[in-house]
Amino acid sequence: MSEDPRWLDGNALGGLLQELFGAEMTGAPHTCQSCGTERPVAAYRLYLGAGTVLRCPVCDQIALVAAALPDRHVVHLTGAWRLEMPPAWLDPTKERRASPPPADSRKR
Amino acid sequence: MAPARIAWRLAAVTDVLVETPRAKTLVLDVPGWPGHVAGQHVDVRLTAEDGYQAQRSYSIASAPEDATLALTVERLEDGEVSPYLTDELGPGDELELRGPIGGYFVWRSHDGGPLLLVAGGSGLVPLMAMVRHRATLSSTVDARLLLSARSSDDVLYRDELARLAAGDGLAVHQTFTREPPAGWSGFARRVDADMLGHVGPAPSQRPRIFICGPTAFVERAADLLVGLGHDTAAIHLERFGPTGG
Repeated sequence: MSEDPRWLDGNALGGLLQELFGAEMTGAPHTCQSCGTERPVAAYRLYLGAGTVLRCPVCDQIALVAAALPDRHVVHLTGAWRLEMPPAWLDPTKERRASPPPADSRKR
Repeated sequence: MAPARIAWRLAAVTDVLVETPRAKTLVLDVPGWPGHVAGQHVDVRLTAEDGYQAQRSYSIASAPEDATLALTVERLEDGEVSPYLTDELGPGDELELRGPIGGYFVWRSHDGGPLLLVAGGSGLVPLMAMVRHRATLSSTVDARLLLSARSSDDVLYRDELARLAAGDGLAVHQTFTREPPAGWSGFARRVDADMLGHVGPAPSQRPRIFICGPTAFVERAADLLVGLGHDTAAIHLERFGPTGG
């Protein structure tokens, strides 16, 4: 797949993460299970091969292994992943709002 | 924030621009496109008649304010996807993509500056989205762009960069690592500490730094900047490289 034997970064994993978690995750902090370093997922190292492996940029500990099978993704996660996503009433294409919309608009 | 749901969309190619002998810009109309932030990318998926799929990530070159979405694609020999995108696609063709993707390697004008953008070859693409975003909003944020290319033939957006560099607050520096143009008196070597020191801004100005290029280029530039005293947390990296083409 790659002529470059070295790694990319977690940024390139953004599409898969968004598919899995339903939110932009490359800016999310991940804490390495092994050395305790906290970095955004985008700053991790991504190795693409038969599968996808995300490793800690400091100690190389595995943070994620993903394999794409014909009918599903198989994903193994380690370490601490912090998910942050806007609540559903926020327009996801807009930036963070200072306050929620009027109560009326939140009624179902 | 990026959209919570990510769907594959069909984009229509409206134009194809030749940027260099090896790179073209695909101008796309994407129905339902939710908008993007400068620095983000899209995933592009090709499906063969037998169902085989190949997927790659491409940086968005256009400013968020532009009416159409532009992807600049460098053709990689033996690549699985880029030769199709650069050689086969034409106006009226459709392309499957999803995005925008990424919330880390991004810059909005209100994030402020100063800004240091370091590009290796076609790593210029996402940085160009930032430069265009800055220009579209008439931002006067202090921005320095250092572009490393093998020869002037390899420089994307050459005329546009020259035009934008004449404007307010954007300094464009180039270095040619293989074949400088005739009469070139600027940098003609790999990026080094002296060059980065010359381009600035100084670490004391706490610039936001974005580096994009092949993996080895990005590693080297980041190490040099850390060596000059820049804050690691202010350095954003995107290893572009031949990600499988």
